[in-house]
Amino acid sequence: MSLILTLSELDGDTLARSSRETLTFARSLADAHGWDLHAVAVGEIPDTAMADLRAQGVAVAHALLHDQLDGDAAPAAIAAAINELHDRLGAGALVGSGTDHAAEVMAHVAARTDLPLASNCTEVAPADGGWDLTRVRWGGVLLEDVHLEADVALLTAAPHQTAAADAVSPGAAELHSFKPELDESLHITRVVERASRGGGISLATAPVVISGGRGVGSAEGFGILEELAELLGGAVGCSRVATNNGWRSHNDQVGQTGTRVAPDLYVACGISGATQHWVGCMSAKKILAINTDPEAPMVTRAHYAVIGDLHELLPALVTEVKNRRGVG
Amino acid sequence: MSELPDRASVVVIGAGIVGNCVVGHLAARGWTDMVLVDKGPLPDPGGSTGHASNFIFPVDHGKELALLTIDSQRQYEEMGVQVMPGGIEVARTEERMEELRRRMASAKAWGVESRLVTPAEIKELVPFINEEILLGGFYTPSVSVVDSLQAGTIMRQRALDANALTVSTMTEVEDLEVEEGRIRAVVTDRGRIECDYVVVACGLWSPRIAAMAGATIPLIPTVHQMIDVGPIPQLEATRSEIAFPIVRDMDAGMYERQNGGDMEIGSYAHRPILHDPDDIPSIEESPLSPTQLPLTEADFDAQMEDALELMPELLDTPGAGVKHGIDGLLSYTADGAPVLGETVEVKGLWSAAAVWIKEGPGVGKMIAEWMTDGEPEIDPHGADIARFTPNQRTWHHIRARVNEGFNKTYGIVHPREQWESNRFTRCSTFHPRTEALGAVYFEAGGWERPQWYESNAHLVEEFGVEDRPHEWDARWWSPIINAEHLALRDRAGIIDLTAFSIFEVTGPGACDYLQRMVVTNVDRAVGRVMYTPMLTHNGGFRSDLTVVRLAWDRYRVITGGPDWGRDLKWFTDHLPEDGSAHIHDITSAWCTAGVWGPRARDIVQSVTDHDMSNEAFPFGAAQEVVVNGIPTVMLRMSYVGDLGWEIHAPMEHGVKLWDTLWAAGQPHGMVAAGGGVYGTTGRIEKGYRLMGAELESEYNPVEAGLAFPKVKAADFNGKAAYLKARESEPIAKMCSLTVDDHMSAAGIERFMNGGEPILTRDGQRIADAHGRPSYVTTAGAGPSVGKHILLAYLPTEHATEGNELLVEYMGEHYPVTVRSNTRNGVFDPDDTRMKA
Amino acid sequence: MTLNILVAVKRVPAPGAKIVLTEDAQRIDTKHLGFTVSPHEECAVEEAVQLVGKHGGSSTVITLGPPVAEEQLRTAISMGIDHGVLVETDEQEWDALATAAALTDAIQTLEADGDRFDLILFGNESADAGNYQVGIRVAHALDRPVVSGIKAIEPTDARATMKRAVADGFEVLDLPLPAVAAIKEGINLPRYPAMRGRLLAKKAQIRRLTPQRRDGGMRRVRLHHPPQQQAQTQMLGTGADAAPAVAALFEEVGLL
Repeated sequence: MSLILTLSELDGDTLARSSRETLTFARSLADAHGWDLHAVAVGEIPDTAMADLRAQGVAVAHALLHDQLDGDAAPAAIAAAINELHDRLGAGALVGSGTDHAAEVMAHVAARTDLPLASNCTEVAPADGGWDLTRVRWGGVLLEDVHLEADVALLTAAPHQTAAADAVSPGAAELHSFKPELDESLHITRVVERASRGGGISLATAPVVISGGRGVGSAEGFGILEELAELLGGAVGCSRVATNNGWRSHNDQVGQTGTRVAPDLYVACGISGATQHWVGCMSAKKILAINTDPEAPMVTRAHYAVIGDLHELLPALVTEVKNRRGVG
Repeated sequence: MSELPDRASVVVIGAGIVGNCVVGHLAARGWTDMVLVDKGPLPDPGGSTGHASNFIFPVDHGKELALLTIDSQRQYEEMGVQVMPGGIEVARTEERMEELRRRMASAKAWGVESRLVTPAEIKELVPFINEEILLGGFYTPSVSVVDSLQAGTIMRQRALDANALTVSTMTEVEDLEVEEGRIRAVVTDRGRIECDYVVVACGLWSPRIAAMAGATIPLIPTVHQMIDVGPIPQLEATRSEIAFPIVRDMDAGMYERQNGGDMEIGSYAHRPILHDPDDIPSIEESPLSPTQLPLTEADFDAQMEDALELMPELLDTPGAGVKHGIDGLLSYTADGAPVLGETVEVKGLWSAAAVWIKEGPGVGKMIAEWMTDGEPEIDPHGADIARFTPNQRTWHHIRARVNEGFNKTYGIVHPREQWESNRFTRCSTFHPRTEALGAVYFEAGGWERPQWYESNAHLVEEFGVEDRPHEWDARWWSPIINAEHLALRDRAGIIDLTAFSIFEVTGPGACDYLQRMVVTNVDRAVGRVMYTPMLTHNGGFRSDLTVVRLAWDRYRVITGGPDWGRDLKWFTDHLPEDGSAHIHDITSAWCTAGVWGPRARDIVQSVTDHDMSNEAFPFGAAQEVVVNGIPTVMLRMSYVGDLGWEIHAPMEHGVKLWDTLWAAGQPHGMVAAGGGVYGTTGRIEKGYRLMGAELESEYNPVEAGLAFPKVKAADFNGKAAYLKARESEPIAKMCSLTVDDHMSAAGIERFMNGGEPILTRDGQRIADAHGRPSYVTTAGAGPSVGKHILLAYLPTEHATEGNELLVEYMGEHYPVTVRSNTRNGVFDPDDTRMKA
Repeated sequence: MTLNILVAVKRVPAPGAKIVLTEDAQRIDTKHLGFTVSPHEECAVEEAVQLVGKHGGSSTVITLGPPVAEEQLRTAISMGIDHGVLVETDEQEWDALATAAALTDAIQTLEADGDRFDLILFGNESADAGNYQVGIRVAHALDRPVVSGIKAIEPTDARATMKRAVADGFEVLDLPLPAVAAIKEGINLPRYPAMRGRLLAKKAQIRRLTPQRRDGGMRRVRLHHPPQQQAQTQMLGTGADAAPAVAALFEEVGLL
C-alpha cells in the first residue's frame, strides 16, 4: 500500500493555515487512490499541531530531527531530509503548499529526484496510470489542465484555492521521528541573520488588508490607511504604482509579483485593479473598492464599492469606527 | 450610471473629443433629449483621444482645415484648457526650407503669426537642439498644447448642465435600426433608444458602427508610433508640463514634445501599418487601451537615430530611457481629410470621424450647425462624407491610399501632386483613344482625365512656349498645356469631358423643383442652356451648374466630376415629398466630348447634316444632333471661351463619336487638349470660377460676380440672403490679377501655384470687413494674354482695375495688378469668339 | 573582485485585463499583445548591471525560447547587459524540467568555452507558468548553492550575502560563490532601456545554441479561464456619506 507524504508547516504551536489547506487537498487524492495520508514537519511537532493533523485524517506524522534542521535551516537541507524520508517510505506522491517556503523546498526535492513538479495545483485525480491535474497560471487568471506521467507525483497546492476541512474520520496521527543523515555540504548555505518586522501584523495573514494605489497620491497619503488598519487590527498593502513611486516599500506590495493575500476583507483604496494587482487579492473573502471611477476594474469586480475620494471617506470612516468602538 | 431613456432626439456614439464637442454644441443650439453613449469609461473611453499628443500647429496649407483648427484653438482657449509653448518646424534640407517658405505664405493667408528662424534662433528657443544639422525653421508662437480629455469633459458638462443630455458609458452599441432609409433606433446592451438622429463619433470604430445601418464611413485604423523618454532632469527642472517649444523634425517625419520630465517622440516616418476596424481588441483584451497597441520596436529604430541626432545630449541623459512606447491607432482616410456630415446611405445617420485633436471642437461646432441649420459656417466640402464615389469607398481604395499617403503626413506635398496607387479604376469611354495620344492623366472625382498629351509635344516649339525654370513650379505641369491652349485658340481642340456628373430631373414637378434649387429662372423654353449658381440656405455658394431644359418635364443638370456625391445628395435631399419630381444619376451612361476653337463649327458641321450655323444653333442653345449616325445632345456653350459645343452621347457610342470628330478635325489642325487647358488656362483667361476654389459657401454670388441682372419671382434656396447681398455694394469681389514681374531674388522666374496671400504694395496682409483674407484661389498661365493670371477675392476698396498689389510666393514678393473685378476675364471680355 | 554574472529571462506576452485563448485552447492569442519578461526578471537584469557596474566584470543574458525572444535579450542589452545568448527552440512551450536541462547544458557549454559565472540570476518565477523551480533545478545540476526570493545581494570575496523576506520579517543568507539566486521584485527599481543602448543592442552579436529537448512528464491538455463567481458589485454609497455603511460591513465581517 502506498501513501502520500505532505509537507506541513507550523505556525507557532499549530498547523499553518496553508498546510491545513494542503492536507485537505492531498487527502482527496489519497482517498481517490486509497492511500494513507502522511505528514512531515521540521522539528518536534507540538500536541496542538498533532491534533490538527489528526483532524485532517493524517495516519502518520513524521518529525524531521537533525542539528542542521534546527532553527534557520535552508530549504536545500529540508529537501534533502524529505528526500531521504521518501526513499524510506516509497511515497506515491509528495505534496507541499504553494507558499514561498514550501514551494522552494518542493523545488529542491524535485531537483534532487529529477521528477517533474506541478506547481500551484487546484485539483488532482489519478488517470491513465498518471494524474490529471489543474494548476494556475498567470497568478490565477488562467487555469491549465495537465496530464502528469511520473513514478511519483510532486505537487504544490495553490494557496487559498482549497478550503481547509476536517476529515470525516480523524486519522491516527502516529508520531514518527526521523533522523536524516544530512551531508555537511548542505550547510554551505546558512542563515546568518533573521529579523522580524516587529509589531505590525503580517500582510499575508492579516484578517483585513487596507491597500492603497495611485489614488492615495503620496507617501504621506498612506497615513490615514495606517490609522484605519491599526484600528481594525489589519495590515497596510499597496499596488505596484505605489511601490514604483516610492510611496511604500515593496514588502507591502500586493500582487502577482508581490504578496498574495486572502484576508477576510480586502479594502482597495484608489486602486484601479490591473491584473497584476488583482491576482494578489482575488482570494480575499470580501473585497471593498473605494474609487472615484465607477468603471474601474477594481470596482466592477469587487463585492462592495464606494464611489468617491478615499481622502474624504477614510477620515469619516475612522471617526465612525471609533464612535462604534466607544458605544460598543 | 443614468438609466437609458427609450427615446432621444439624437444619440451620439463615442465620447472622445468629437462626440463631446458635438453634444456641447448641439446643446448650445437648443437641442435637448440627447444621449451620449460609449463602450468605455470616462473620461478616457479608450479611443484615439486618450493617447493624443494634444498639440496644435495652426498652419495648414488647406483653407478648410486651417479654419477649423483656428476655430478649435479659440474654443480650447475659451475653455481654459490650452497653453501656448509655441512650435518650430525645422528643416534639415534646402527642399524643406523652400516648403517652410511656402508655409509662411499659408500662415499669412490664414492670418497666423509665424516667422522663419535661423538655426541660432532655434537653439535659443530650444537649447538642447543640435542646430548644426538644421538649415532653419518655421516658428509659430501660437502652437498650443491642449487638454483634450478635459475639453471633452467641459463640453459634455455643458450639455448636462443644460439638462439636455444623458450619458451612458460602458454601453456597447449592438445595432442601428433603419426604416425606409431613415435611422430609427440605436440598440445597445443597456437598452434600445428610438431617435431621429445618430452621430457616429467613435473614431476608428466608426466604419463598424455605420455598417450596422448599412452605411459606410471610409476610414482605416492606422498606426502612429510614439515613445516617452525620461526621466530627464533638464525637463523636470522646468516644473511644467511643457516649457519648451514643440519641435517638428519635418524631414525625419517626427516630432519631439516635452511632457513634464519626459520627452515624447512621435513618428509618421515608419512604414504604414494599417489595421482592420473589425479586429481592434476590446477594452478588456487590451494591455493599455484598444488604440494603444504594443510598440513594434523594429519600425521605430530609424526614428530613434534621427531623434538622437537632433537632441543628442538631452535624449542621452544618463538614466533616461524609453519609459513607454505605443503603436497608437489613428483614423486615416484616403485623402487625409475628415469624414463629416450625414451619410449618403441613411438619413439622420451622421458621421463625425477621422478628426484630429486640432480640429475637434471646430468639427463639433460644424456638425451642430450643419444638423441645426442645414449647413455649417465653414464650407465643409473637402471633409464632406458625400465627396467619395463608390469606388473610393472600397477598402481596396482606402488601404491603397493610406499606404501611399501615411508618409505624407509630414511630407512636402505639391498642390498638384497625383496619387500613384489604385489608379485607372474609372476611365472614360474615350480612354483607349486618349491613351494612344499619350495622355498624362490626373485624377478627379475618382475619374482619370487627360491633363495634357505627350503627342502634342511638337506644339511647344510651334507656339514657342517656354518651360518653367524652377522645378517646383514645373512639377506636375507641362509646357504642352500652354501649347494645347494656343492650338485650341488658333484652330480647335477636342477635350474629354466624360468625368462630368450628369443628373436627369424629370416629372411634372421638375420645373418647380429646380426653380427652388437654383438661382436662375429655369422656366425657359425647351432647348435652353442655363449656367446658374446653386446656393445654400444662407446664400453662400453650394454649386455652379449647367442646366438644360430637354422637355417641359425633363431637365439635364451637369456639374463637376468631383462634385458628384455632394451635389447628388443635396438634390436628393431636397426632392419634393409628393413625388412630383425625380432625379436620376446618369453620369455613367453618358460620355462628353467638347470641341472648341475658331474651326469648331467647320469640324462639327462636316460630320452632321444638322445646321450648325450661329443663326440655327445660337449660343446658349441645346439641340439633338445626329453625328455620323450617333444621336447626341449638343450644348452651345464654353468654359474655355471659344466657339464650340459640349457633345453628349450615350456611353456606348463614345468610341465612334471620338473617332468621327477626330478624323473630321485633322484637316483643320484640331488637337486633343487636356484638363490643363479646360480647368486652368482656358477658364482662367476668361475669369470663369471653379466650385471649391473661387466658389464656396463663404462667398455669395454678388461677391463672386455671378449675380444675374434680374431676380426671378420664384422662391429658391438662399433667396433672402441673395436679395440682401444685392442691396449693397459687396465687401469683397472676385478679381482677376496678372503678375507683372516673375523674377526672384535668385534671378529665376517663378510661377505661383495658388493659395498664396495677396498683399498691399507695402507688404501688408489684406482681409475684408468680415475678416476673410485675400489669397490666390486659382493661379495659372494665360497663354493667349501672355500673363500669369491669379484669381482672388479682394476687399472692394482694393478691387479696382489697375490697382497694384503684391503676391507672396516662397518667401518673396512679386508685383501684381488687378485686371478685372467682374466675371469677365482678361481674354475676350466681350465673348465675341464664343458667340461667333 | 570582479563578477561574471548570467541572467536568465523568459519571453512572455503582456496581456490586458482579459486573456484571450486560441481556439484550440493550447495557448494565449497574442495577436494584439506585446512581449516582455516578468518584473522579477527585469529586476534580475538590473541587479546584474548594477553589480557589474560596482564590482567590475561582465554580464550575460540568456533565454530559452523561439528566435523572436531575441527581442527580450536586446532589451536587456539596452539596459546595460554585455552579451546575449539565445537557446533556440520552436514556438512550443518547454516545461520546467526541459527548460532547466537545456539551460544547464547551455551554461556548461558557455563555461566550457571559458566563461565562469560567479552568479546566475533567475526571476523568482515566470509570469506565465509560475513553476518556481527552474533556477533551483539548474543549480542542482551544476552543483551550486541556490536561494529564492532574493531582495538584496552583497558579494564579498568569493562569497555573497543575500537577503529575502520571510513571513514576519527577513533573513540574510550567506553562501559561497559561484551560486544561483532567484530574484524577487523589489530588489531594485529597474532602469528604462536607453535609446542609445537600444541602438547598440540592435547591433549586438547574439550567440545561438541549439538545445536537446528532454521530455518532462507533463503534457498540457488545455488552458481555460476560472469560473466567474463574481456577481453584481454592491454599492455602499458615495464619498464620506458611505462611512456608516462601510462600518456596518466591518461589523458583518467581524472586524468590529
